[in-house]
Amino acid sequence: MSGDRAAAAAAGARGAAARRGVPAEARAALWLLAPGLAVIGVFFLLPAAAALLLSLTDFDIYALADLGNLRFVGLGNYRRLLADPIFWTALRNTFYFAFVGGPLSVLVSLVAALLLDSRLARWRGLFRTVFFAPVVTTLVAVAVVWRYLYHPRFGLLNRFLGWVGLPAIDWLGDPRWAMPAIILLAVWKNFGYNMIVFLAGLQNVPATLYEAARIDGAGWWRQLRHITLPMLAPTFLFVAVITMIGYFQLFTEPYVMTRGEGGPVNSTLSVVLLMYKQGFRFWNMGYGAAVAFVLFVVIVCVTALQLLLRRRGGERA
Amino acid sequence: MRPRRPSLGSRRAVQRRCAAVAVLAALGATQAGCGGGGRERLELWALGREGEVVQQLLPEFERRHPELRVEVQQIPFVMAHEKLLTAFVGRSTPDVAQLGSTWIPELAAIGALAALDGRVAESRALSPGDFFPGSWDGGVIEGQVYAIPWYVDTRLLFYRTDLLAAAGCELPPRTWSSWRRCMERLKARAGPDGFAILLPTNEWPPPVALLVDAGSPLLRDGGRYGAFRDPRSRRAMSFYVDLFRAGLAPVVVDYRVGNLYQLFAQGWFAMYISGPWDMGEFRRRLPPALAGSWATAPLPAPDDAAGGVGTGLVGGSSLVIFRASRHQRAAWELVEYLSQPAQQARFYALVGDLPARRAAWQDPALAGDRRARAFQEQLQHAVAAPKVPELEQIVTRLWERSEGVIEGRQGLDQALVDLDRDADRILEKRRWLLARQAARRPARGGP
Repeated sequence: MSGDRAAAAAAGARGAAARRGVPAEARAALWLLAPGLAVIGVFFLLPAAAALLLSLTDFDIYALADLGNLRFVGLGNYRRLLADPIFWTALRNTFYFAFVGGPLSVLVSLVAALLLDSRLARWRGLFRTVFFAPVVTTLVAVAVVWRYLYHPRFGLLNRFLGWVGLPAIDWLGDPRWAMPAIILLAVWKNFGYNMIVFLAGLQNVPATLYEAARIDGAGWWRQLRHITLPMLAPTFLFVAVITMIGYFQLFTEPYVMTRGEGGPVNSTLSVVLLMYKQGFRFWNMGYGAAVAFVLFVVIVCVTALQLLLRRRGGERA
Repeated sequence: MRPRRPSLGSRRAVQRRCAAVAVLAALGATQAGCGGGGRERLELWALGREGEVVQQLLPEFERRHPELRVEVQQIPFVMAHEKLLTAFVGRSTPDVAQLGSTWIPELAAIGALAALDGRVAESRALSPGDFFPGSWDGGVIEGQVYAIPWYVDTRLLFYRTDLLAAAGCELPPRTWSSWRRCMERLKARAGPDGFAILLPTNEWPPPVALLVDAGSPLLRDGGRYGAFRDPRSRRAMSFYVDLFRAGLAPVVVDYRVGNLYQLFAQGWFAMYISGPWDMGEFRRRLPPALAGSWATAPLPAPDDAAGGVGTGLVGGSSLVIFRASRHQRAAWELVEYLSQPAQQARFYALVGDLPARRAAWQDPALAGDRRARAFQEQLQHAVAAPKVPELEQIVTRLWERSEGVIEGRQGLDQALVDLDRDADRILEKRRWLLARQAARRPARGGP
């Protein structure tokens, strides 16, 4: 409700500005935007503000019974969080997943898109469907199958390793291999989506550029480096930012592959999984909200860094 | 999925009649009264397989109480805890529910449950003395009865009699030292590709069972602080992690074991700590040739245990009545009915859940079963877990910390210090609440 009021107040302030000479068009635009802003205010800004307040309290199962049991703890949750080794483990795991899995996923998507866009490719429609199918498949169903693939004694992956003479890997049981296993699954599951985005980007590159390059004698590699990749730059930025934000919110993969624990030895515990465990299993809502805000800050920082790098790169080019 | 009920047709007829009445009266009010055809409607939430099977016990109850009708909602076990708390917040709790024994303290702490002392005292059908003492105690919180045990479980030893006999073990091992010797012999015979015992490292019940067996209180000062540095706790944890360090137990998490029953049949491991639900599974899933080669036994006792008997940890499910229920009297009738020895014996026959009432154990199906008798013996010597809502959080830390010791990343003593610190921090709010409570009523020396 206060969101409504805020939006109304904002609109009122702008109205005053309008009387001082803002064109009628801008005023109309504001009225058209108002419903959207109100919805964002009520369903996004307001809950986010409430969560921020929640993170400053020790809201838990006792407070659920009686609000008199709620204590304002200031930054206590954040202080406790930063002193909790499990939080740092979760953060490290999340960074590992995002910085290895994210670029890998983008790379696989790009390669798949280039292959499908190639003039030599046959049955494009079929491959596009096959590559996109994992994206629309339920992860829970996928996880059941992948748990079999990863089985140390009977799994298909270890069978393959055996054929080429490599020792078997205890995929989900060995703390060193559990995260790579999750990354492999996530990349396979998600690359199809970015592939479609890249394909759309590739189709927007004018054919005349390639023609001109061919006339100048540029080979496949030079065409890729000097035409395809620069022309894809905006698409690339979009894909990279969205992928990283998505990968920082790692949750479902370890949740379904390790029965909600993030094991072995917390090696696949992500920040969001930690938040879920604290908030919904143990009902430490205040602490869970603090975890959410720390993750939010991390994601904002990483995204800002990406945009900054991109701008620098753009200046150099 | 909605339960299939034989009386569905007649209920529709009742609803039609009600709809006709509703034309004349205020729609909402009349329909509320008519939902069960003028009968009092009781809502029962039951979990997992029990939720399915309990419906077979209800027609008899409805026949005896024609004025009542019971609606069962079957809830998957893993979702139940969240759903119960959400229902409490949303003021939509049922009349009666089945609760896992570890959830009772939490729901009692938030004031969701009705105290049952008065009803128990009045009841002619049910007396506390007829329940296993540890199990009954699990439903008593700060001196008040909140839950009536429905079925009980405890973890004890499942073992291969043929393998243990071949290894020259005491059958079954009665003390920890005899047990440990036996495991070493089993391992020596099994070679590098087999193990003496399977204890999935991500399961907290086995180490907690050992802790309780060794006499550890888990928490101290009325559940205000952790007691993991207690010498009894240290002894149990040292015994536990050493099984992995010495290679007697494989370092493996449960979801990676694969087909447990097949591996037990193959002799990949010869012992397993589990509960009554596995009696049925072992019976069904082991090859017929092995049908006579496995047995159950109470957990071996620490060598200096009083009377040579170890202590088990009792769990299971209880029946509770929610405070918000408007059918307290009828809800109690249902709880009383489901607690009758005859119904408990039937329930055992249907799902294999062990009866909480000792009288039901005289049923020939139970009295004649050697494997069930081991459970009975253990249940006589079993205690309830500390009745603290935060317990699950604390024992979750237990296996996280012990995993580190098993992997050799941390020493045991340091892990126990850390565990106590974790527990003390988790219990901080509880200490604050207890201190505030004490300050508010200093004169009364209540429970």
